[in-house]
Amino acid sequence: MKKGQGTESPALFFKFIMLAGNRNQGLLAPYRVLDLTDELGFLCGKVLGDLGADVIKIERPGGDPARRLGPFFKDERDPEKSLYWFGFNNNKRGITLDIESPKGRELFSKLAAKADFVIESFTPGYLDKLKIGYSALSRLNPKIVVTSITPFGQTGPYSLFHASDIEIMALSGCMSLTGDPGRPPLRVTFPQSYSWTGSYAAMGALLAHYHRQESGEGQHVDVSAQACLLWAFSHAHTFWDLNRHMEKRAGSFMTGRSITGAKMRVFWPCKDGYLNFIIYGGEAGRRTNQALVEWMDSKGMAPDFLQQKDWQTFDIAKVMQEEIDRMEEPIARFFTGVTKAEFFKEVVKREMLGYPVASVKEIFEDPQHAARDFWQEVDHPELGCSITYPGGFAKFSAGACRIWRRAPRIGEHNEEIYCGELGMTKEEVEKLKSEGVI
Amino acid sequence: MQALKGVKIVEFAAFAAGPVVGKHLADHGATVVHVESKVRPDGFRTHYPPYKDNIHGLNRSGLFALCNNDKLDITINLKKTPKATELAKNIVAWSDVVIENFSPGTMARLGLGYEDLKKVKPDLIMLSSSNLGQSGPHAHHAGFGSQLSSLAGFTHLTGYPDGPPQILYGPYIDYIAVAYGAVAILAALDYKRRTGKGNYIDTAQYETGLQYLAPILLDYKVNGRVAARNANRDPDAAPHGAYPCKGDDHWCVISVSTVAEWKALCRVMGNPTWSVDKKFSSHAARKANEDELDVKIGAWTRSLTARAVMEKLQKAGVKAGVVNRMCDVYDDPQLKQRPQWVELEHPEIGKMHYQRPPFLLAKTPPGPAKRDPLLGEHNEYFYCDLLGLSRADYEALVKEGVID
Repeated sequence: MKKGQGTESPALFFKFIMLAGNRNQGLLAPYRVLDLTDELGFLCGKVLGDLGADVIKIERPGGDPARRLGPFFKDERDPEKSLYWFGFNNNKRGITLDIESPKGRELFSKLAAKADFVIESFTPGYLDKLKIGYSALSRLNPKIVVTSITPFGQTGPYSLFHASDIEIMALSGCMSLTGDPGRPPLRVTFPQSYSWTGSYAAMGALLAHYHRQESGEGQHVDVSAQACLLWAFSHAHTFWDLNRHMEKRAGSFMTGRSITGAKMRVFWPCKDGYLNFIIYGGEAGRRTNQALVEWMDSKGMAPDFLQQKDWQTFDIAKVMQEEIDRMEEPIARFFTGVTKAEFFKEVVKREMLGYPVASVKEIFEDPQHAARDFWQEVDHPELGCSITYPGGFAKFSAGACRIWRRAPRIGEHNEEIYCGELGMTKEEVEKLKSEGVI
Repeated sequence: MQALKGVKIVEFAAFAAGPVVGKHLADHGATVVHVESKVRPDGFRTHYPPYKDNIHGLNRSGLFALCNNDKLDITINLKKTPKATELAKNIVAWSDVVIENFSPGTMARLGLGYEDLKKVKPDLIMLSSSNLGQSGPHAHHAGFGSQLSSLAGFTHLTGYPDGPPQILYGPYIDYIAVAYGAVAILAALDYKRRTGKGNYIDTAQYETGLQYLAPILLDYKVNGRVAARNANRDPDAAPHGAYPCKGDDHWCVISVSTVAEWKALCRVMGNPTWSVDKKFSSHAARKANEDELDVKIGAWTRSLTARAVMEKLQKAGVKAGVVNRMCDVYDDPQLKQRPQWVELEHPEIGKMHYQRPPFLLAKTPPGPAKRDPLLGEHNEYFYCDLLGLSRADYEALVKEGVID
């Protein structure tokens, strides 16, 4: 694809039609989604789009503020070059619309009258004030499913609180479990809460959809990011519930496996980074421990006491700290001579538990993804290149789940939607543009 | 009426990745049957604390409870072929959806692969959730989510730049796969309604996890940058971190990304003289002097409770929050108001907080309504009343150890 080609080019237009057509292979192809979210909800629309739904991202005139989020293509800070935007808004078409203006509200209502889903992440009450909240939209279209995605939910004492990723991670409880004891609680450096929230919101939207298709009745889905993130730390809270024992952050060690309170090392320095390996119990643990000792022995690095250990009677739930420490010392020595790639190869071959601590570089090198055809090349004609994306989240025997189209440019589909679907003339669209509505 | 009333689901599944998909569907009214065996119960019953009062017992696991409310629990020893295989097929023929998370190939070896099951239930929807997927050179490698979170890049992004990676509690990535697994089943149910066709769904927990990292995967491909851990730092905000508060190990977080927020923060702190220092006068300056900035902010938060910091700053329009501890989540005013937890009585655990879905459907309110089942608790009810076995056949199968 040559650089600088516009979307008007006939060849490109044809290609675009082809791509759009493919969407029909997705399980949710018949449905239309209007996506008003900011980064907290981006993934919700993308998940539905991956399944073939027709998702229209509605941005404010000039473009969504999240286009300012990095990283950027070639590190060029440009709203059309945000890789954050590319990653989470593909499989959406894009229009601009000022929903605060009366004309903008009218256009939005027209679109909503025919849509199956609306997804939004405004402060609770904002859309109601504009008379395009759930109650207004449901009068217009009783079957509509409106999914509202906010940090804390539509009601309650925190519902109007301001929050970004770190506040959501803190108030959910996640951060209390991450970091070194004695140092501040930590979040994951690349924001996680928005993705958790967006993907769980998609589940909520589809539950409401199922009911709508059965009953003809739409409804309002109220998603709380704080609540979504409760699942990110599994069952840590149940220790408090059952036994008034509080799980805390333990740095690079695992706790909660032994009733003696013993902690096990999880991250081990190796030749070129770190490995994730844990002394486990149970059948899989026994097999792993046995296999590791054999591997160490093949290099002459398994001390006698490890070789003689009876793994059948080894009980992780009752093991004492001293025993764990004694086992970990020779294992640590062994791992410092192993590379991540070697470790991965051996754990697969020896059917051991454990994985290297991979970076994005090593993730791309994993042959598993290539074999499963996971990566997808997506054309970015305006940038003169294609970019490799993570592909669909699942494989379906009777449908496809993948990237059908790259993320939209600002107002890219204004004409297609406003003229092609709402029957406006080019002149009317121009007029709205000059009025700042689109 | 609940959203999934009438949908029948059977789980040949254990631990989190399969059963929690079923839990979300059960919370919305689906009939979900959790299949176990007395010779090999769900690993969460046998190997994972906490157990009530630290007394190990098959029906005392908090983790199992959390993942299995509102389900029926039956036992079948699948090794007792061919009768057990036959029985399992009858259960599948009764159901609409099968969820399984054995290591790839196991179900087929048991004679219960999708191709086998399609013969007894042509429009079956079946979800196979596995670590690395059903195909590819590593497909057969079994593992736990707690370690897969490392292979998928998450722990590399957690911790200090000069320190080791840090743990994300529990099988972090499993619960990402749970969201996608449930979404996939719901889409397949809709497709079946429209077309009459079933679906086989293969989710690799690995691949679902990578969905969350799309921008930094692109960043590597486009710019060659390898994303790294940088504690609580954020390129677009300063201050941005966790700060000590009054009390033992109490913390709050604060993040400031706009000029207005910075001004408001300074105002709430009483406009201390240091705040007008050139070192902190712009976002760029604050980023350049972030260590010192964190010390200054921490000196202010230290004398206040985390709640007070949050409330003062939120009132002034600054993003801030309490770092909730595990003893706080049941009493968090916002979670309590939703309410996020349902306390139910369990015969061996006593009162336990079961978890509601993170989204509330106004017209079809979700559970939990029933505690998690005891091992094999619904054998008779399920096999006789729902599946329709005669009492004599049921008793014969129990006697033979097929239903164990």
